[in-house]
Amino acid sequence: MEMNQYLDMFIEESKEHIQAINDNLLVLENDPANVDLINEIFRSAHTLKGMAATMGFEDMAALTHEMENVLDQARNHKLVINTDIMDVIFKCVDLLETMLYSIAGGGDGKEDVSHIVSALKAILRGEIPTAHQGGQALSGSGDEAAAAIAEVPQNAKAYQLDEYELTVIEQSIQSGYKAYWVKTSVKDDCVLKAARAYMVYDSLEGLGEIIKTTPSVEELEEEKFEKSFEIVLISKESSTKVETAVMNVSEIESVEVEEIHPAAHRVASMNQLEENPAETAAAALAKQTEAKKEKEEKAAPQAQVAKKNTAGKTIRVDIERLDVLMNLFSELVIDRGRLEQLARESGQSALMETVEHMSRISGDLQNIILTMRMVPVEQVFNRFPRMVRDLAKDLNKKINLEIIGAETELDRTVIDEIGDPLVHLLRNSIDHGIESAEERLAAGKPEEGLVQLKAYHSGNHVFIEVRDDGKGINREKVLKKAIERGIITEQAASALSNKQIDELLFASGLSTADKISDVSGRGVGLDVVKTKIESLGGACSVDSTPGAGTTFLIQLPLTLSIISAMLVQVEDEKFAVPLSSIIETAVFSPDEIMHAHQQDVIDFRGRIVPLVSLKSIFSIPDSEKQKESDISVVIVRKGDKMAGLVVDSFIGQQEIVLKSLGKYLVNVFAISGATILGDGQVALIIDCNALIK
Amino acid sequence: MLDRKDIVEEIKVIVFRLKDEEYGVEVNQVKSIERLEHITRVPRTPNFVKGVINLRGVVTPIVDLRRRFGIEETAYNETTRVIIVAVGEIEVGLIVDSANDVIDIPINAIEPPPEVVGGIEAVYLRGVAKLDRRLLILLNLDKVLNTEELKQLENIEA
Repeated sequence: MEMNQYLDMFIEESKEHIQAINDNLLVLENDPANVDLINEIFRSAHTLKGMAATMGFEDMAALTHEMENVLDQARNHKLVINTDIMDVIFKCVDLLETMLYSIAGGGDGKEDVSHIVSALKAILRGEIPTAHQGGQALSGSGDEAAAAIAEVPQNAKAYQLDEYELTVIEQSIQSGYKAYWVKTSVKDDCVLKAARAYMVYDSLEGLGEIIKTTPSVEELEEEKFEKSFEIVLISKESSTKVETAVMNVSEIESVEVEEIHPAAHRVASMNQLEENPAETAAAALAKQTEAKKEKEEKAAPQAQVAKKNTAGKTIRVDIERLDVLMNLFSELVIDRGRLEQLARESGQSALMETVEHMSRISGDLQNIILTMRMVPVEQVFNRFPRMVRDLAKDLNKKINLEIIGAETELDRTVIDEIGDPLVHLLRNSIDHGIESAEERLAAGKPEEGLVQLKAYHSGNHVFIEVRDDGKGINREKVLKKAIERGIITEQAASALSNKQIDELLFASGLSTADKISDVSGRGVGLDVVKTKIESLGGACSVDSTPGAGTTFLIQLPLTLSIISAMLVQVEDEKFAVPLSSIIETAVFSPDEIMHAHQQDVIDFRGRIVPLVSLKSIFSIPDSEKQKESDISVVIVRKGDKMAGLVVDSFIGQQEIVLKSLGKYLVNVFAISGATILGDGQVALIIDCNALIK
Repeated sequence: MLDRKDIVEEIKVIVFRLKDEEYGVEVNQVKSIERLEHITRVPRTPNFVKGVINLRGVVTPIVDLRRRFGIEETAYNETTRVIIVAVGEIEVGLIVDSANDVIDIPINAIEPPPEVVGGIEAVYLRGVAKLDRRLLILLNLDKVLNTEELKQLENIEA
């Protein structure tokens, strides 16, 4: 029960570790001798094991434990990584992921691990042929195990006293001091274990001198202990006094105090040494790994401390809280606009200055809040290399996945939604796009196919491209299928441009694969992608050159709530035009307007741009306002098409909060939503895409 | 002794006026009653949609009930009110001549609507309540604010 509050954290962190293992394994596959990498993987696996064990997910802990053993052998050059071993480890990671998802979904994370555990054990026994001789590895580890026993004499208590410490204790006892072994257990629901440990340490230090702690002081400070820790104290006080001192600290469950008799201690450890060899070889082997692990742990904290300093401090915040923050801030932005206007009207300079200052601060605040919600697309991208590897293997194709711009940031809500569409597109590229190795060679292309996943910013949008250098879209086949399935008529088909044929891929119920594979091709792919992207306020398109490849382009909005817009006025009505679709604003004199095909056009930097009168398109009623003879135009674009929106005047640029028109008014032509202006009135946001044909 | 006949189920309604008739909507569908403020016109919508207002930060569509029911229009004045109603997920403001009363109506005083009352078709009505000398027309807001019909109207206008 008490674990619940840590469960989310456990899931998040485990995901990160599994991801890290996956990433490193992929690199390791191409560079199997890289011990640093194996060490990295080992560390992730080790942490994972520790966390799983703490949380009581035993299957997970057992599996990671075996995996760790194999990795340990590998990094000690007792085992050479080959493809078979890689496959087993990959399977192992998959299983871990399955368990984690089960746990995240409220399950108990129990899976049948016996099969994979025995496979791992077989590797350890050297049964799967490795480049090294398996037998050699085994006999080698046997020797090591014996040495390990000498290193770690087993004692009832975890603490070990070395010669020096024993001497110190002996001398202290001669001077009338007593030596105590104090084992403190914190409560299960203790939140600040490190702080409690420090308080215990502090109060004991007040009674005498602490000569040893297990785990070390540094580890205690970093909270690297599970429930209990041990301290060896030299003091003149009685054991009851020591006990009370510890129990005075809150959230302590129990404390054991025992006097240390150095002489007895020496004898005990000697005895243990003699008993140990009788233990089975298997147990010895396990212990040896244990010993190794301890050594590893000693080395690890230093490495981790260095890492921490560069990574900076982070805090995990529930996304819902950020949403609330964002909503509250949106309200503030509206009031800010209002306050600015009131201050201007009042003409009081002191008030205006204050409001200006407040606006600047809230502007900064807005940037921070927006960036707080931004996460790099890496989060979504980093699971693709693994997916592509497996897929390529299944389909017997050679594929090089190139990821560009993984650092590009997107709003968290958008990130959460784009994973599935991208999986669809990648699968599509690999399955339908890239040809088999023979076909590629025959076409004079390199055997290895290239799939490029690229993310980049442009204006207020993020673009994601999925490109392959495969065979391109077979337009004849698409047309045939589309007619067959009744998506278009034969007549309409003959009039379609190449681009329009390509776009048919997004129509529902169209799949061009001859044989249905389980990778893609159930005909429920690309239309789902399109719907999903459009529901996020984005758009997608496809571009293909026969024989040279296909590119899918997804356009996504950067954020979904606050946008920059240009406010314009037509007669008495005000409208907002999103800055992302504006190229520029310009003023023309009436004689610059030309007519072509019953359409007013202007010459804008050598391009003929059609004019769209907002007044007539929105049938805006006349007002008595005096108008200037010059014509104000907002040049907007949709892809590479342009249009000029004719307005009466420009009011200015402003940050606006996107509001919907509600459920009653849906699909209003050329209006994408509304916003509340500084004066409390509602202004409509123009959807430029609808105005450009 | 309490007689069973005396216990009559009642509904509470907000009474408002359009031209010469009195109408009622159930109080649990009414969120608030507002004075008429600046309305932003929304182009290319049916003519009875007057536009949207800023209702404490929420953009709310406004429907002119006189236009909705084809009753002759008059200029808005001091008594004109906007009744904000909520039906399902839809929230809409209804412009009425005046809103002046909250009353309890016994269920058994409600009669099914005749074909046409005050120029309004029966489909939009829940019934007619006869109270003393008053005649109260109860609206069926689900029908009045039917978005399917709105879509059809939009298509006709486009």
